[in-house]
Amino acid sequence: MNAVEARGVGKVFASRSGDVHALEGIDLTVAAGEFVSLIGPSGCGKSTLLRLIADLDTPTSGELTVFGKTPQQAREAQDYGIAFQQAGLLPWRTVTANVELPLELHGIGKAERATRAAELLSLVGLDEFAGHFPHQLSGGMQQRVAIARSLAERPSLLLMDEPFGALDEMTRERMQTELVRICAESGAAVVFVTHSIPEAVFLSQRVVVMSPRPGRISAVIPVNLGDERGEDLREDASFFAAVTAVREALHGTPVTARGVDLR
Amino acid sequence: MTAASVRRWAAPVVLGVVALAIWQAFVVGAGIKPYLLPSPTAIVEQLLLVVPLVWSAALATGMNVLVGLVVGAVVAILAAIVAARSRMADTLLSPTAAALSVMPIVALAPALNTMFGTTSTTPRRVVVSVVVFAPVFVNTLRGLRQVQPVHRDLLKAYAATPRQITRTVTIPGALPYLFTGLRIASSTAVIAAIVAEYFGGLQNGLGSRITSAASNSAYARAWAFVLGAILLGLVFYLATLALERAVARRQGG
Ligand SMILES: Nc1ncnc2c1ncn2[C@@H]1O[C@H](COP(=O)(O)OP(=O)(O)OP(=O)(O)O)[C@@H](O)[C@H]1O
Ligand SMILES: [Mg+2]
Repeated sequence: MNAVEARGVGKVFASRSGDVHALEGIDLTVAAGEFVSLIGPSGCGKSTLLRLIADLDTPTSGELTVFGKTPQQAREAQDYGIAFQQAGLLPWRTVTANVELPLELHGIGKAERATRAAELLSLVGLDEFAGHFPHQLSGGMQQRVAIARSLAERPSLLLMDEPFGALDEMTRERMQTELVRICAESGAAVVFVTHSIPEAVFLSQRVVVMSPRPGRISAVIPVNLGDERGEDLREDASFFAAVTAVREALHGTPVTARGVDLR
Repeated sequence: MTAASVRRWAAPVVLGVVALAIWQAFVVGAGIKPYLLPSPTAIVEQLLLVVPLVWSAALATGMNVLVGLVVGAVVAILAAIVAARSRMADTLLSPTAAALSVMPIVALAPALNTMFGTTSTTPRRVVVSVVVFAPVFVNTLRGLRQVQPVHRDLLKAYAATPRQITRTVTIPGALPYLFTGLRIASSTAVIAAIVAEYFGGLQNGLGSRITSAASNSAYARAWAFVLGAILLGLVFYLATLALERAVARRQGG
């Protein structure tokens, strides 16, 4: 069953200064276990699309299902984990308590919560900061805590809105490699919003390129770089070819790159 | 102690000492009559004589402040919770808070004295509760409404129940606002408790002592009780300020 299926999805925000057509005619299928990136200029509706899938907003037109259910049913069944554009940590909770929040809300026992939180914090490289409060961390560290939190319940769908935006290049590449590994292990599908072309290419099976006003999908670029994505892939010719393909799609010029499946 | 903290404490202390010296020199030098303005040394002399009396009066008044503060704050917090949940309750309670905040305590105190009888501490405590209500209510309500959108989304994404949302985000988020309201209320609470004693009733508090000393021409003694009132006000202010700071620090403020 597909993780996400959107058929002609649109979203219009009514505002005092007139309607904003944030999304129009979005057709997108994300298979179970598939990694799909959304890329596009600021304001093209990437966050909005993610919020519709998460049932934090409702589409004004079209059909949207998550694992064959309505987004609301999927949310209530806790089918997805989410990391927002802002870290959104609770400032009065320690790092550990923030990571434990979803587990606590769903009645997981204390001991199990503590084990899982420790596991996740070492995954994002923050074991030493378990007892700190969010304001004692840098923006990038806060974002990593939010990522750990989104993974807490091993969701079968991960919704991530520019989760690595605040990270330095080195941490960013390390987190990307970790994310590829986590997804391969857990078989989770991912919808990943990013502004970085190399990041989208490195992580994804398909890159969805969007254009603004109204927000539409302008191209879908399949990236077939295989399941073994190690550090050396970043210097491989096939990687650069895919980067070029996405860049050209983003800029609206014809795609002529070699080594890319253009279907 | 660091140089910065020395400077922070030294400046007001030096200012106070200089002011007292000028006061003393002025009263002695110009031969001011004690009923107009007693000298600081005369006040301290009197204070030393009546320390036990000032202490017991401050305790009596302090107790009224404490009870009134707690009762007023608890009622205000409950009202704010109700108002945050229901629009109808809000339209009833917010104007009530506004009305209470402009109610003159000098008008309220004598009326309550006749209601509860002059041998009771109740009218004074009610006066304190009334002045405490508005600032605590208004600030707590603002805090309860101040839930960050990203936190609301987060809890919705995790399908949290309304009760869980209240416990994990709404209440912790409102606490700093509540303590700001309490700090604002604490100063007016002390003033209200003392002023309430000016209108007769029990003679055990600072306000009653100040009026009776003044009417007996014991001016330096009256000033000794005024000093006690200042200290009482400081105690409440600093205690609530410390609470506010502690909560804000824990929240990264
Ligand atoms: N709640 C809202 N009310 C009104 N308009 C909104 C709302 N949320 C988003 N929009 C509008 O919808 C459009 C898409 O916004 P969205 O946040 O999805 O963009 P984005 O692609 O995520 O941009 P960025 O890359 O800057 O995060 C924008 O024009 C924005 O102004
Ligand atoms: Mg966005």
